[in-house]
Amino acid sequence: MSEGLMSVSYIGATILFILSLGGLSNPETARRGNLYGMVGMGIAILATVFGPKVTSYLPLVIAMALGGGIGLFAAAKVKMTEMPELVALMHSLVGLAAVLVGYANFFDTTISLEGVEKTIHEVEMYIGILIGAVTFSGSVIAFGKLSGKISGKPMLLPARHWLNLAGLIGVIYVGALFLHADGQTALIYLGIMTAIALLFGIHMVMAIGGADMPVVVSMLNSYSGWAASATGFMLSNDLLIVTGALVGSSGAILSYIMCRAMNRHFLSVIAGGFGTEGGAPAAGGMQPEGEVQPISAADTAELLRDAGHVIIVPGYGMAVAQAQHTVFEITKLLRDKGVDVRFAIHPVAGRMPGHMNVLLAEAKVPYDIVMEMDEINEDFPETDVAMVIGANDIVNPAAQEDPNSPIAGMPVLEVWKAKTSIVMKRSMASGYAGVDNPLFYKDNNRMLFGDAKKMLDEVLSALKAG
Amino acid sequence: MQIGIPKEIHAGEKRVATTPDVAEKLMKLGFTVAIQTGAGEHADLPDDAFRQVGVTIVDDAKTLWKTSDIILKVRAPESQPEVAADEVELLREGNCLISFIWPAQHPELMDRLAAKKATVLAMDSVPRISRAQKLDALSSMANIAGYRAVIEAAHHFGRFFTGQITAAGKVPPAKVFIIGAGVAGLAALGAAGGLGAIVRSTDTRPEVKDQVKSMGAEFIEVDYQEEGGGVGGYAKLMSEGYQKAQREMIARQCIECDIVITTALIPGKPAPKLISAGMVESMKDGSVIVDMAAEQGGNCELTVPGQVVVRHGVTIIGYTDLPSRLARQSSQLYATNLLRLIEELCPGKDGALNVNMDDEVIRGTTVIKEGSITWPPPPPKISAAPTQKMATPAGPVVAPKAKEPAIPTWLSASLAIAAVALVFGFIGATAPAAFLEHFTVFVLACFVGYMVIWNVTPALHTPLMSVTNAISSIIAIGALIQISSPGTLMLVLAGLAVVLTSINMAGGFAVTQRMLRMFRK
Repeated sequence: MSEGLMSVSYIGATILFILSLGGLSNPETARRGNLYGMVGMGIAILATVFGPKVTSYLPLVIAMALGGGIGLFAAAKVKMTEMPELVALMHSLVGLAAVLVGYANFFDTTISLEGVEKTIHEVEMYIGILIGAVTFSGSVIAFGKLSGKISGKPMLLPARHWLNLAGLIGVIYVGALFLHADGQTALIYLGIMTAIALLFGIHMVMAIGGADMPVVVSMLNSYSGWAASATGFMLSNDLLIVTGALVGSSGAILSYIMCRAMNRHFLSVIAGGFGTEGGAPAAGGMQPEGEVQPISAADTAELLRDAGHVIIVPGYGMAVAQAQHTVFEITKLLRDKGVDVRFAIHPVAGRMPGHMNVLLAEAKVPYDIVMEMDEINEDFPETDVAMVIGANDIVNPAAQEDPNSPIAGMPVLEVWKAKTSIVMKRSMASGYAGVDNPLFYKDNNRMLFGDAKKMLDEVLSALKAG
Repeated sequence: MQIGIPKEIHAGEKRVATTPDVAEKLMKLGFTVAIQTGAGEHADLPDDAFRQVGVTIVDDAKTLWKTSDIILKVRAPESQPEVAADEVELLREGNCLISFIWPAQHPELMDRLAAKKATVLAMDSVPRISRAQKLDALSSMANIAGYRAVIEAAHHFGRFFTGQITAAGKVPPAKVFIIGAGVAGLAALGAAGGLGAIVRSTDTRPEVKDQVKSMGAEFIEVDYQEEGGGVGGYAKLMSEGYQKAQREMIARQCIECDIVITTALIPGKPAPKLISAGMVESMKDGSVIVDMAAEQGGNCELTVPGQVVVRHGVTIIGYTDLPSRLARQSSQLYATNLLRLIEELCPGKDGALNVNMDDEVIRGTTVIKEGSITWPPPPPKISAAPTQKMATPAGPVVAPKAKEPAIPTWLSASLAIAAVALVFGFIGATAPAAFLEHFTVFVLACFVGYMVIWNVTPALHTPLMSVTNAISSIIAIGALIQISSPGTLMLVLAGLAVVLTSINMAGGFAVTQRMLRMFRK
């Protein structure tokens, strides 16, 4: 395959990638979008493999078959609730690959450049490895936090902003040294920088609270794109640059959308420390007063059966308990009885953007009864029963009522405006943000304690019996 | 406090301001309820039904007005010499009156009520905001009127509504054209559609197009560019050019359709004349026009308010009391609207009225507070019309990395532009041509990504992320090329990179596909 043909294939692949992202804007076209992505990737790989620069096929085929096999296996095995972990883990792979490609480029003896071009090339390599390393370590930590292997609480070192700043200056300084060094010395500088970048990635994600995880995941997604883009500059490969930039900017915008949904500043999320500013969480807001009123599964079923309008607010607890199928069974039953059941999804429900939608889709809940917060928030006053399943912070009235609350100003679903709200929860523990929830103490609120799946199963059988 | 419900004295008015069900709920709020004897008889609500739930029956209007602290009525107070009553005179000084008032049309009534030091809440002045929907009596009456308009039309129309093919021949379906798709128009759409007619509708407000379609009707657009949505979701007066285009369209529909129902009203203005005598003449014999705007002068030139007339072979129905013609239903809905208002006024459920002028709903509804006229209210803060979504959010336009704008937007914007210009200038001055080529591509791609992503629905954020993740394994291309470079170290590094990216590539796409397969309607 000639250079020209390869370039044309790359252009084709680029267009397909853009179509792929565009296609994902709408459920109707999303599958086609994904298909475009696959075809684009296929074209890009084939064009490269059969291009003039590739001569040894055996290691290539082995590596691809091995990796592809593992990937397909993982994709088939993963549970929908573990999706955030999987995506975070995959981001780390891209980061690591960027680092490896960067190092390989460093060792590549076939490249000979002089003067400014050499400097630019080295800067590109340096930045590529830097972003790759941050992505890698950050994603690994994010994976750990999401899968519960590392505590979700933000870890805040004293003077953490200074540490970050020192890291940045260090990286720039080492970078300057690297540009003027050769051979072995340069490699050492590169190593130092990689170590700093890895530490920075770890520190950055460790400092971010669990409630902000969706932002982090999409931010890491963005980083993996920038890493690919930097690698593209290094290798003078436009396809890599374009694709990396597409992924990078899309991830960045996704994080921005998430931040806006939580009424938070992007920078403050990155800098970390959510839910801890202004003293300990409990002291941050006013202590709610009143009694918590528990309710039984049978009574819940009774309330639901007599209701005209029901809104279900799912949260991470539903995902953990794998209760989405039972939720849909209940929904179906109620809808057959003529009850208007809808779902209200908070933009940051769950642990990654759109997490709840994926789970509900898995349970085959029709997507036209799944509403966004802005679409449905006005309807709560006319709702008979608002059922909150394993969500906490996203229905916390303190965000509106208590200006001292750490989550003050964050838009929340106004479930307390419904005639009755039922909150399903395992215990009275506070949510990921570590903030107490005055909703539980409201007069029109009932608590259904227990594992979401188990309790919902009981509600379902009570409904069937009645 | 006692709530009193007098018998309506307006000729032909059959509605009553409460029902036994609602009266019971009013009593639960801590009020006592009294009703004038025979007040509900035209709405099929006899005195006995009220007596059973504990309502006091009062024999004459005078006693009722004198003993009650709050008066609930349907029609605005009026003077009827035949029954020797003037309701404003009857109203006790300092009392509260809740009914339709139409303050704009009745300034002298407002003055007389104010002179009585009364507190008056007008059911026609309920602000059109979501929270106030449950007490929006205009909507619930319009709903009934729309339904009744179709029933009246069907009564005067000599054919089936639904098309049928029978042994005795073929019957074409009736074509119904409804002008104005407000609450009444939409209710009429539903009723006519339910009877089997072909239904069409038009409106000056483009945002109702989807509502019309949702009722299974066809929306006929006026071929002219102008927005017709006024404050509070009501229509506004349109320009000359628009009106001309609209007349042509209506003229065409009149020739084609069998039944025309007009509901076009502009607040505080006479009803627009949409159907000329010529258009009536052009209609088929036996056609029916229901002019629901008859009370405000009518949308049709030939309408006689309050009467049914036949002109040029077309029956023109100008009834002004459509809701009253479905008295039981109207009373029930109106009474419920009143109940909701009183619930708002009596948050303590202690039988005491609290006219809280800080509450937007109560503020808008109250037209006279203790003798001082408080109408018109300040304009509503939230419009009932859907606010148009911004096509492109006014976020950062310079570079996607410039996240949250600092306090003054223009300052941060110009700073960002300056910074970007500086960076670009530096790059342009120092970098070699080859780099600039790549840089161009890079910047353009950032913008494409930026544009594409804004359109993604939140439901698809997870699949989007996993697809972009899969696509970012494009980095494999670099490794694929490097794998052919000489040296074992290269082979190991690049080979490992290929394995990693392949995992990501295959896994990412497969998992996205798996997720997307589950999205269904």
